[in-house]
Amino acid sequence: MALLRISSPHTQRAGHRTSWVMQMVILATLPGIAVQTWLFGWGTLINVMIASIAALLCEAAILSIRRRSVAFFLKDYSALLTAVLLGVALPPTVPWWVTVTAVSFAIIFAKQLYGGLGNNPFNPAMVGYAIVLVSFPVPMSQWLGVQSIVASGESLSFLQSLQAIFHHLPNIDGYTMATPLDGFKNKDLVDSATAFQTIEALQSASINSWLWVNMAYLVGGVGLLWLRIITWHTPVAVLGALLIMAGVFHLFDMSNTATPLFHLTTGAAMFGAFFIATDPVSSCTSNRGKLIYGAGIGILIYIIRTWGGYPDGVAFAVLLMNFSAPLIDYYTQPRTYGHKKAKKGLKIGEDN
Amino acid sequence: MQTPQIFSFHGGIHPEENKAQSLQLPLGRPRLPSELILPLGQHIGQSSRPLVKVGDHVLKGETIAINNGFLSSCLHAPTSGTITAIEERAIAHPSGLNDLCLILEPDGKEEWTTLNPLTEWQSNDKTDVLAYLAKMGIVGMGGAGFPTQVKLQGAHKNALKYFIVNAAECEPYITADDMLIREKTQELISGIEILQHLVNADQVVIGIEDNKPTAIASLNALLSEQNSPIQVAVVPTKYPSGGEKQLIQLLTGEEVPSGQYPADIGVLCQNVGTCVAVHDAIHYGKPLISRFTTLTGDALKAPQNVDVLLGTPVAHLLEYAESQHNNLHRLVMGGPMMGYTLDSAAVPIVKTSNCILAATKKELPPPAPEQACIRCGMCEQACPANLLPQQLLWFSKSQEHEKAEHYNLFDCIECGACSYVCPSSIPLVQYYRHTKSAIREAREANIKADLAKQRFEARKARQDAEAAEREAKRLARQKATPAKSTTSKAAPSPSKAAPTPAAPISDEAKKLKVDVVIGKTKLKKAQKLLLEAQENEHLEDIKTLQLQVTEQETQLALLEEQLSKLTPVAAPVQTTPSAQSKPAVNDELKKAKIDVALIGVKLKKLNKQLEETPDDQELKGKITNFEIDLKAAQATVDKLGSASTASTAPKAAISDDLKKLKIDTAIAKAAVKKVEKALQKAEEIQAPEVDAIRQQLKEAQQRADELEKALANPQSTDAKTVSTPAQNSPDADAEKKRKIDLAIAKAGIKKAEKNITLLKEQGKNDAEITASEWPKKLTEAQEKLAALEKESTPAITPKVEAAVPANADADKKRKIDLAIAKAGIKKAEKNIALLKEQGKNEAEITESEWPKKLAEAQEKLSALEATDGNTTQKATQELPESKTDSATNDLANKIKKQKIAAAKAQINKLTKRLDNEPEVADSIQQEIAATRQKQEDAEALLAQLTHSKETTQENH
Repeated sequence: MALLRISSPHTQRAGHRTSWVMQMVILATLPGIAVQTWLFGWGTLINVMIASIAALLCEAAILSIRRRSVAFFLKDYSALLTAVLLGVALPPTVPWWVTVTAVSFAIIFAKQLYGGLGNNPFNPAMVGYAIVLVSFPVPMSQWLGVQSIVASGESLSFLQSLQAIFHHLPNIDGYTMATPLDGFKNKDLVDSATAFQTIEALQSASINSWLWVNMAYLVGGVGLLWLRIITWHTPVAVLGALLIMAGVFHLFDMSNTATPLFHLTTGAAMFGAFFIATDPVSSCTSNRGKLIYGAGIGILIYIIRTWGGYPDGVAFAVLLMNFSAPLIDYYTQPRTYGHKKAKKGLKIGEDN
Repeated sequence: MQTPQIFSFHGGIHPEENKAQSLQLPLGRPRLPSELILPLGQHIGQSSRPLVKVGDHVLKGETIAINNGFLSSCLHAPTSGTITAIEERAIAHPSGLNDLCLILEPDGKEEWTTLNPLTEWQSNDKTDVLAYLAKMGIVGMGGAGFPTQVKLQGAHKNALKYFIVNAAECEPYITADDMLIREKTQELISGIEILQHLVNADQVVIGIEDNKPTAIASLNALLSEQNSPIQVAVVPTKYPSGGEKQLIQLLTGEEVPSGQYPADIGVLCQNVGTCVAVHDAIHYGKPLISRFTTLTGDALKAPQNVDVLLGTPVAHLLEYAESQHNNLHRLVMGGPMMGYTLDSAAVPIVKTSNCILAATKKELPPPAPEQACIRCGMCEQACPANLLPQQLLWFSKSQEHEKAEHYNLFDCIECGACSYVCPSSIPLVQYYRHTKSAIREAREANIKADLAKQRFEARKARQDAEAAEREAKRLARQKATPAKSTTSKAAPSPSKAAPTPAAPISDEAKKLKVDVVIGKTKLKKAQKLLLEAQENEHLEDIKTLQLQVTEQETQLALLEEQLSKLTPVAAPVQTTPSAQSKPAVNDELKKAKIDVALIGVKLKKLNKQLEETPDDQELKGKITNFEIDLKAAQATVDKLGSASTASTAPKAAISDDLKKLKIDTAIAKAAVKKVEKALQKAEEIQAPEVDAIRQQLKEAQQRADELEKALANPQSTDAKTVSTPAQNSPDADAEKKRKIDLAIAKAGIKKAEKNITLLKEQGKNDAEITASEWPKKLTEAQEKLAALEKESTPAITPKVEAAVPANADADKKRKIDLAIAKAGIKKAEKNIALLKEQGKNEAEITESEWPKKLAEAQEKLSALEATDGNTTQKATQELPESKTDSATNDLANKIKKQKIAAAKAQINKLTKRLDNEPEVADSIQQEIAATRQKQEDAEALLAQLTHSKETTQENH
């Protein structure tokens, strides 16, 4: 009778492995992917496929170089999740090499070079996104014009999407259009009310399509909350901070700012709040820390959107808060059982 | 009966309960096993002390082991039978180690010993009741096994607000408490009442999880029937609500402060099992000899609760519960969350064993491979202590112990909730346990290091003080030595008595020489042994042998020093005849003598240092160097001495043998030097053959010494034989002998004096011994010395009369004597002071002895001074200028000598630095060269000075 000798506890919660967590997050993006496909054609799905293949290849290559078990680590689905998040974040008609660049940079530099899963200080998907956004601004700003497509019912066919991504779609300009955020950003000196009336991207069709996208990601996010994969702290803090910022500034300057609702339902607000900011590895650990971290992201999103050089700022906001996450962690330790107050900072020797 | 308010605690998990299996069957009572294994340490604290011996027959309930100290407990025979062994057996412990156990073979009669229930517990003194509980071997049966009487005593620290009875039983699988409450409700309540009587708490609350409805119902029924003030608090099922701290938080809303005990906030927790045991002890007089244990797990066909005797082997119970050995994959004592695996089923049930979980592979599968922490925070949400497990894991893995402590690692209760929920299958608790023990070890090591540091500092201070004292003594001696040499020269003049034949060599010197030889052989032996030990790597032997060797070395050095002291004192007398003809040789001789003295002093110092730090290789090397220097210097002294004697004999041919011997000596010396160099090199590169080389060096030295000795002997004999035609030479030889005796006698005196001081330092009582023995020897030696001095003078007197330079020599001698006398006075004064310091009583002794000596010495001094005055007067009458000249020359000499010494010291220092800092070697070597140059210059100057002095003396 060879008895197993291990230390307690001897039992574990069945089924809830890391791969399960990753799978659930990928599944939670499905509503968003569906809506995006419905609105922008097959481009998003093709992007996700390209990204996934590139991510798995990169991960496998680096793992074998690092002499790690390739199969064991690929099965944790973390590379796939990064790929899916990047795939849905990139514009649907972005050339394939942009996607590959973004994904390989995310996997190789932002993740594996730091030591792989669990050791990356920055959100890999957002690092990849930021790299291509800075490097290739033109293809990265070509979102399809939803209004005309939906209105005319002539969404890009699968072949057209493929052509746009892998070759060159000659009449692509006929399909692309500024996003609402883009449109609002470039309204120049026109005041808000006129902008919403005159600029094509700010017409209700366009805005509504982005509302649908955000709603879909909200649904997925709520699903993650229900599964207890994420806690409410980060998304609530992100959206709350964005809402408050937009609300306060809208109150002060009605004519030049957009409504809080506009900010919450356009761009990557929901996607960022539920899928990007909640990346556990690069965010804060304690609940209080998550609140501060999320609020920081929300504030930064508003600041970048309003006064920055880019129409949307989720990627940069998340990356900036990734920087400060360790610091926030040090100052947001929870109060441990039996202690009068929580410890702060790293003053060794202090006790309470 | 009111329903108490229920609070909540952070985190917690809901693992599958798995409690139903073991409640299907009624309480089982397994038959007696073939033997009962009773570990002596079934509780926290000191193991019990056995009261029985092998072969004793014991009755059921008889005390077989008694408490061993305050935090300990008693042990009783669970049944009647025979003690068959007291031996190490495997016990139920996470470490899997063995422990001392009493082995009891039941006789099957179940014969009870006389039971003495404490019927009047209500009227008895509470401390008596506590003592009774201790006698009954009651310990906490929840898990830790804390002796109950100690816990109850501790409960009185603060006013007790809550007495909580822990019936939560939050671990999955375990139903022993549930069954106990169902079976022994009345006993439980009664036990609680007894304990409440003892501690007198404001509220008594039974905390029980809501997954035990039957137990709750029976408790409530009985309590309402009795109209008891005891409350039943039903808490929601959530692991780890049965943890003491968590249950306290659930029932009172208060937290036990970190690092404190529940008693500090006025709470006492007792397990239901303990309460029942207390009842049994008080009302029936039954000691703790059995307990309820759950036998469960899929590997058992008949999982159930059993009332089992302590010491029953687990294997017996598994058999009773129809274990399927093929399916048994993991055997856990305790629950699946905090229990520990057992290596074998041979371990016994002890007072704290609440469950045996015989799990199949499917039931408790081996843990999945550990994946990277993704900081998902599930552990944080589950932690009942509100820690940040993911951060603690990070710090544990990176061994950042301070940060881990800062993140309150020691507040972790190791409940395992974090590991349970971890999606990456990280054995978090294991990491924390490891880090905790690492921190504890580091703390202990720190404490040890602090102690060592304190000891080291104290020792260093002591050493410094000793060194300062030694330095002061050395300085005093240095002052005394030149004076001595002058007085010794002056000594012969006052007693111009008739010459006496050569005096026999004193016993002291003989002894000394024999001692040196013996010491050398001993040293050699010890070194050989050391070498062997080093070759065979017997570490402990090496240490002791090293000590022996160093001891021998110091002893030898001391002896040699004493011998060398004899030689320089004797040498000047030897050389006197040569001074007439060859002052240059005389100068050289003087120099050599100075060298000998200097090196001797340094050697002594180093040896002492070595004694304190026996491992210092550098020091050893230096010592050997010095020893060699000393030998060389001595050799030169000898050579010069003999050369001068030989030269006094006109046309004395040096024999061939002598030549050969000299050549041999030179070769041997060269060999010594070579080996020495090799040794230095070896030491520099830390070569392993250092010791071998050292050994070689020793041997070479010895050879050189022997040759020198041989050289010295034939020289003297030669001198004797060759110089027979010369009129002076036989006289000179006899004189030499006499002088040697003189020196030996002086050395004897010194020894005696030293011994006296040593004894005095040792304490008061010794002072009496001192007074009785050594002083006698001292006086004897002094007498001898005086006699010798008398004898020696006539040998010189003719020369004094014959020539003026001889007169100058005598003058010198006188001066030396004068200095010796002065030194004697100083010593006596010092001794007096020392004695005075030691205390009042000795002051009397002091008054009796030393003052006398002092007075004597003073008288001597005055006499010497008088004679000195006379002779100098004579001299001044004849040559008033030369007197002053020589005086100035003396002064200059002294100064030069000191300078030389300083230069030498400088060189030594520099070489030491050179050893330590090889990178600045060049500059240091330059410095050394410069200093050597200086030293040489000074020596040359000194030679000139002495030479001029001699010539001036000769001239007059």
